[in-house]
Amino acid sequence: MTKGFLNRWLSAGALALAGALTLGASAMADTIKVGIIGPFSGPFALQGKNFQAGAEAWLAQNGKSVAGHDIELVYRDLPTANPQQARALAQELIVRDKVQYLGGVYFTPDAMAITPLLKQGNVPLVIFNAATSAIMTSSPLVVRTSFTTAQTTTPLGKAAVERGVKKFVSVVSDYGPGVDAEGAFKKAIEAAGGEVKESIRIPLNTTEFSPIMQRIRDAGAEGVFAFLPSGPPTLGFVKAFSDTGLKKAGVKLFATGDLTQESDLPALGEAASGMITSFHYAVSHESEINKRFVAAAEKAIGAPDLLSFPAVGAYDGMFVISKMIAATAGKQDAEKAVEAVKGLGWESPRGPVKIDPETRHITQTIYLREVTKDAQGRWINKEIASVPDQKDPGLAK
Amino acid sequence: MQTALSIAMDALAYGMALFIICIGLSLTMGLMRVVNLAHGAFAMIGGYIASYAARDLGLGYAFGIVLAMIGTVIVAVPLERLLYRRIYDRSELSQVLMTIGITFCVIGITNYFFGPTLKTIPLPAELARSVDLGFRSIAGHRLFVIASGLVVAGGLWVLIERTGFGIHLRAAVENAPMARALGIRTEIIYAASFALAIGLAAFGGVVGAEFLPIEPYYALRYMVTFLVVVSVGGAGSITGALAACLLLGAIDVTGRYLVPDFGNFFFYLAVILVVCAFPRGLMGRAQ
Repeated sequence: MTKGFLNRWLSAGALALAGALTLGASAMADTIKVGIIGPFSGPFALQGKNFQAGAEAWLAQNGKSVAGHDIELVYRDLPTANPQQARALAQELIVRDKVQYLGGVYFTPDAMAITPLLKQGNVPLVIFNAATSAIMTSSPLVVRTSFTTAQTTTPLGKAAVERGVKKFVSVVSDYGPGVDAEGAFKKAIEAAGGEVKESIRIPLNTTEFSPIMQRIRDAGAEGVFAFLPSGPPTLGFVKAFSDTGLKKAGVKLFATGDLTQESDLPALGEAASGMITSFHYAVSHESEINKRFVAAAEKAIGAPDLLSFPAVGAYDGMFVISKMIAATAGKQDAEKAVEAVKGLGWESPRGPVKIDPETRHITQTIYLREVTKDAQGRWINKEIASVPDQKDPGLAK
Repeated sequence: MQTALSIAMDALAYGMALFIICIGLSLTMGLMRVVNLAHGAFAMIGGYIASYAARDLGLGYAFGIVLAMIGTVIVAVPLERLLYRRIYDRSELSQVLMTIGITFCVIGITNYFFGPTLKTIPLPAELARSVDLGFRSIAGHRLFVIASGLVVAGGLWVLIERTGFGIHLRAAVENAPMARALGIRTEIIYAASFALAIGLAAFGGVVGAEFLPIEPYYALRYMVTFLVVVSVGGAGSITGALAACLLLGAIDVTGRYLVPDFGNFFFYLAVILVVCAFPRGLMGRAQ
C-alpha cells in the first residue's frame, strides 16, 4: 500500500519533471549553448582569458546568432590540468546545461578525459589549445584549431641548418610536450643534415639555469633548442642564456613560440632579443583580418599586452562551431557537424588554414619569427619566413 | 677546474639569494616560535612593489629596494597587530592554518590587481653588465647578491649578539614573563623583530627575483624550499641558515649540472641525510 502510494507520487513527479524539461527545451529551441572549458583562474588564468577574448572577439564581429540560432557561451573553469574534474565538468555541461558543442581545453590530459564522453553525449569537441597529436585519434568527434608541438617544431630544423647552425644541444622540460618537442626537433635537424650532440631534460619546476648553461658551453654547441612551458621557467632560461655570456659567445637560441608568447615579451625584453622561434601565430602578423581580430580581442581582454596565441585558437574554434551550427540547421547531430567541417578552409588571422579531412587537425602556415622591437618600441615576434601548408607530422602516417 | 669554479660561483650566488629570503623565516620560527608560511608571500609583495616602482614609475633599482622593504613592512605591521599576535602561543597547527590562509589571500589579491604575468625588476646598468672574472663572465647582479648576503649575515649577527636590542630579544625569547617582569616591553620587541624579518623577506624577494621570478604563485611555489632551508639550518640560527643555504645551493646547482634528469633528487636526498643526522638542523638549539 505504502509502496504503491510512493510509486504513484514518484511517477507523478517524474511526469511533472519531464513536462518541465520539454517546456524548457521548446522555450529555448533557438538558443544553442556552447560549453567552453579552460583555465579561467589560477596560474594559467591568462590562457583562459585569451580563450574568452578570442571567442568574444568572434561574436563581436559576427553577431551572436548563426543562421537564425542564437549562440550562448557557457564557461567552466578548470584551473590546472585535472582529468577527473575535466570529465565531470564536460559531463555537467552535456547533461545539465545541455550544450550542443564543447570548446576550449588547454591541457592534453583534460582533452583525453573528455573525448570518451562525446559519442554518447552526441557533442563535438573543438579544441582551442591542447597540443598533443594523439588526442585526435581518441575520438572521431574532435576537431582542433590550435597546433601541435611537432607541427611547430619541425620547420625549425631546416631553418637552423640554413642559418649555418648544425651542432645542437636540446633542452626541454621533462613532461609530455617537452619530450614530443625533443623528438620532433631531433628528427627535423637530422633530416636537414645537423645533429643534436646532447639532449637535456630538466624538471618542470626549475628556475635556476646556470648549470644547464655551463653544460651547453662544455658541449661546444653552436645552437640550443629549447622547449619549456611559458612562465617562470622561460624567463629564467632566457635570462640565464644571456647572463652567462652564451648569447655573446655567438650561440644561437632556437625555440618554439611557446617561449616567446606576446604576454611574456615585456618581461623577457632585451634578453630575448634576436631569439628565433617557430609558431603558427604572432599577434603582430601583417594582415587586414588580423588587425581587425587584434582590435576586437584586445577590447575583449582589456589590456593589449595580455593577448597571445590561445586567443586565435578560440577565434577560429568559434568559426568552426558556427559552420557546424549552419550545417546541422541548429539540430544536435555531432557526426554530421564534424563531417561538415572536414576539409573546410578559410582565411584566419594567422593566415590561410584548413581542417585536414583525415586527421581533423588544422593545416596551417608555420612562421619563423625573430624577437625584435616594432616601430612603437614594443617587443614583438617579427615574422621573417613562412612555411605554408604544414600538417601535423605527429599524425602523418 | 674552470667548470668547477664556475659552478661554485653559481652555487654561491644561488645559496646567498636563498639565504636572504629565508633568514627572516628562520628568525620568526626560531626566536618567535611562529611557523610563518606566509613568509614567501611577503617576499613576493616586496618583489611586486619593487617591480612597480622600478619598472612602471621608473624610480631606479636602489629606490625600488628601499620602497619594497618599507612598503612590505607597512603591510605586515597591521597584520602582526591584528592576526599574528593572537597565534604567538598557540599550537603549530593554528599557526600553519592562519598563515597559509594569509598566503592564499595574498596570491588572490596580487593576481587580481597585477595579473598572472611575470613581473621583472629592471636592473641598473652596473648590475646588468657581465663582469669578467678571468675564468668566466658572471652577471654583476650575482656578485651583488653574494655581497648582500654577507652583509645581511654579518649585520644580523651583530644585531642579535652585540646590541641592547639583541639582548632584549633573546631574553624575551628565553622567558617572556620574566623579561616582562624586568621591564622589557616584549610586544614591542616582537613587533620589531617581526618587522625586521618581513623587511628581510622583501629585500630577498627583490634581489632574488632573478633566480625566483616574481609572479602570483611565488608564495606557494617556493614555500617548501624556504621551509626546508630553515629546517636544515636549524630555526633561529644565522650561521645555520647560512650553512644550509650554501650547502643546499651547492648540491642543487652541481646536481643540475651533472645529472639534470634527476631534478631535485640530490637536493632532497641531502635534506633527508642532514635531518637524520641533525634532527634540529645543522645549528639548531635544543628547546
